[in-house]
Amino acid sequence: MSGRDFILSTIRRNLRRGPLPEDQAAMLRGRLNSHPRQLIPARSRLPRPEQVALFIANVEKEFGSVARLADLAAVPGAVADYLAQHNLPPAIVMAPHPELRAIPWSDRPLLRLHEGRAEGSDQVSLQHGFAAIAETGTLMLPAGPERPTTINLLADTALVFLRASRVVGAYEEAWDLLRAEHHDALTGGFMPRNVMLVTGPSRTADIEQTLELGAHGPRRLHILLLDDDEAARAAA
Amino acid sequence: MLATSPAFKENAVHALAEPGLQKALARTKPHFHAKRASAVAALPEFEQLRDIGRNIKNHTLAHLDFYLETWEENVKRAGGQVHWCATAEDARAAVLAICQKAGARTVTKGKSMISEEIALNEHLERHDITPVETDLGEYILQIRNESPSHIIAPAFHLNREDWEESFRRAHTDLPADRVFHERRDIMTEARTKLRERFLAADVGITGANFLIAETGSSVIVTNEGNGDLTQTLPRVHIVLASIEKLVPTIEDTISLLRLLARSATGQDFSVYTTFSTGVRRADDLDGPAEYHVVLLDNGRSAMLGSPFQEMLRCIRCAACMNHCPVYSVVGGHAYGWVYPGPMGAVLTPTLIGIDQAGNLPNASTFCGKCESVCPMKIPLPKMMRHWREREFERHLSPQAVRTNLALWGFVARRPGLYRLVTRIGAAALGWLGRRRGRLSRLPLAAGWTKGRDLPTPEGETFFVRYARAQRRGRGAA
Amino acid sequence: MLQTSPRVALFVTCLVDLHRPTVGFAAIRLLEEAGCQVEVPRAQTCCGQPAYNSGDRATARDLARGILDAFGGYDYIVVPSGSCGGMLRHHIPTLFDDDPNLRARAEALADRTHELVSFLTDILGLERVAAKFSGSVTYHDSCSGLRELGIKAQPRRLLAAAGAEIREMADPEVCCGFGGTFCVKYPEISTRMVSDKADDIAATGAETLLAGDLGCLLNMAGRLKRQGSAVKARHIAEVLAGMTGAVPPIGEAG
Repeated sequence: MSGRDFILSTIRRNLRRGPLPEDQAAMLRGRLNSHPRQLIPARSRLPRPEQVALFIANVEKEFGSVARLADLAAVPGAVADYLAQHNLPPAIVMAPHPELRAIPWSDRPLLRLHEGRAEGSDQVSLQHGFAAIAETGTLMLPAGPERPTTINLLADTALVFLRASRVVGAYEEAWDLLRAEHHDALTGGFMPRNVMLVTGPSRTADIEQTLELGAHGPRRLHILLLDDDEAARAAA
Repeated sequence: MLATSPAFKENAVHALAEPGLQKALARTKPHFHAKRASAVAALPEFEQLRDIGRNIKNHTLAHLDFYLETWEENVKRAGGQVHWCATAEDARAAVLAICQKAGARTVTKGKSMISEEIALNEHLERHDITPVETDLGEYILQIRNESPSHIIAPAFHLNREDWEESFRRAHTDLPADRVFHERRDIMTEARTKLRERFLAADVGITGANFLIAETGSSVIVTNEGNGDLTQTLPRVHIVLASIEKLVPTIEDTISLLRLLARSATGQDFSVYTTFSTGVRRADDLDGPAEYHVVLLDNGRSAMLGSPFQEMLRCIRCAACMNHCPVYSVVGGHAYGWVYPGPMGAVLTPTLIGIDQAGNLPNASTFCGKCESVCPMKIPLPKMMRHWREREFERHLSPQAVRTNLALWGFVARRPGLYRLVTRIGAAALGWLGRRRGRLSRLPLAAGWTKGRDLPTPEGETFFVRYARAQRRGRGAA
Repeated sequence: MLQTSPRVALFVTCLVDLHRPTVGFAAIRLLEEAGCQVEVPRAQTCCGQPAYNSGDRATARDLARGILDAFGGYDYIVVPSGSCGGMLRHHIPTLFDDDPNLRARAEALADRTHELVSFLTDILGLERVAAKFSGSVTYHDSCSGLRELGIKAQPRRLLAAAGAEIREMADPEVCCGFGGTFCVKYPEISTRMVSDKADDIAATGAETLLAGDLGCLLNMAGRLKRQGSAVKARHIAEVLAGMTGAVPPIGEAG
């Protein structure tokens, strides 16, 4: 008897039934297809400006940092300033995303950017954020040719470009965006190979329960938040 | 991993006297308590989420066969392979076969309790494959050849001196006289060493916190990022997961994730929560070319329909052991195997047998704190009691205990006899303690009197005094 | 408040019976003061916890049968113990899963069963007792009473109303290490747990330790005395009934 047969038959025997009758199976398939939400905590059910503010507050609580930028033109300067502030070399591996390419990098010619996946030698990376979740200050970074996973992991300093319009309140809303916008050719579904939900820089508390940043992943996480959402801008 | 659970009592006595461990426990306990309490206080919906979590898992378990089949279909659709393993031996063989086929020499590992359960590392080493633990806590344990003492903070029992000493001993290519000014220096050294290993590994093995039926995905939850480096960089990714990790949908998983980090470390969410679905896609720039799930049963299917079914709801958060007053004073190694604390007390006998693990469900006062903090509302004391019933039925409890219980039971069933025996006992003990109201020593009571005095009774029983009061025509004495 | 005088059966508990009858009489006084008519069925011995928690379901069931028979026909059953109260309310019904009739009787009994202090406050609506008690106390929350029966605020309310100064431990809810047979099966662990508890008690500076469970109290008093502590340990019923003069503190001679 194969492992599969053994496991499935033991499960059924102990549940005192054979394979699920078709009507029950259909019901379960229906549930999978409709993937109902359960309770969504109230904490992120806020007006847009407060939602974005909550996102920022949560990122900072988790040792990340956020620079709020008025337009794309401000991005190169913000990046250059951040690197200078932290004494980091101006060499960045950048995710090959069209929106990142569209940033006017030539405004800061000293910044050296190369596109592609990250390697062990990269010190600074720039990722394009697909969405972000205010509930806990979390970035949703799905893998793809435009967003290699290694960009999230290998460099000591991880920069992430994120549009404020892509900040949602709860995780469910971010997953809804992925379901709606991403098509995976291999499976015919919406899941890419990998979706990373990232909340702050890497850390450990393994040594005497003391928090230290930069365990294996990036020690710094800096978000370049483009204020592209009129409704999300705080009242003056 | 060889179980020393039969020696729990001796292990515990040793642990109570071990200064390094006690220092670590004193540091760790309040930390975990405070963090969880503050995370729970900050989420008003936490209690409702516990009910939701319990219901999701109960629903899944009641239809586990369906969800496993659906999940498998989706794994395959994403180019992955599923290896169904009934036993630990099957799982070891499956992992080895994948590694050998890949020509692996070094294998990086994210933290996986299943890999401890099946004793994977020794098996790989016996076949000339080097497993490298990458979770910082597991890494140092590997260097020290020690087993984990906690399911999410495996090396909590170590103090800073232990880390420094072990690193000096193991990292011989670095200057022996180097100074670790801060804890950060220890971490940085590990980061550098392990980065080389991450980049060189042929195969990466992770566990899975959840397996999602809807998409055929595996989910890992880490703070270090080691799990992600383990599963993204090598050409082959192996997920080691047991069957009860199944969850129906992404939305179901989100509800459980809202409970997990808060219950475990008091974070709202862990730093890296990653959903993996199959192999590198055609135009991806990184990711593994092979994705395997070694799916382990090892006694779980047998728990369905049994009094231990509810244990299958466990999401391995460790809240129970963090709050257990017994674990808090003896630590994890005393339990003698992979899973310590209250969840270990229930699970270990199902995996290695009650005859080996009998001490574990007995070493509990049934205070109920574990159940009160369990995010999945698992009735842990009830299941520990079930184990005690099994032991009793199988005559596994010590004969002296059975005899005493039988004698006591005989008397307690007979109120008349009970009145007589208690009258004599109260008078005798009361007389013995008449001078001070307590005894420092009493034959047959050494267990009690070793550390405590034994307060002695008033000298007559309630019923004697009550009967006298009734005769005098009054209700109260 | 109830109109008629409720008929209450006192479940004495084996520890009160054997060790400290004054607690039983204190319970009777409190109940009678509150307007109850108290009887003590003679055919009672033990709630069966020692057997139940040792896995001897058969003995536990036999004892439970006896309790069903002895305690039928009362408005309430009141117990000066959280653990025995929990046994009667939550566990005994589960011993009769195979017999719907007995199960129904057990559930009916469970519904009418209450721990002493919570009965006074939650059922009879008492805000204060007649007795006064000045002096500092610390209250230990016995595990079953706290987690199975929800007893937490009630004893503190009555104590404060009686004039006691309550000094809380850092961890009043942590198990004292008694656990029935646990304390003799794993004495080293138990002794460590009760030592930690004793340190916590000492740190409050309270003169008196109170709790609602004699098992816990014997354990804690035993450790306190071994340490030479001057802290007095009593069952809360003795204080609330104004009967502290009737018996010395636990582990002390008259």
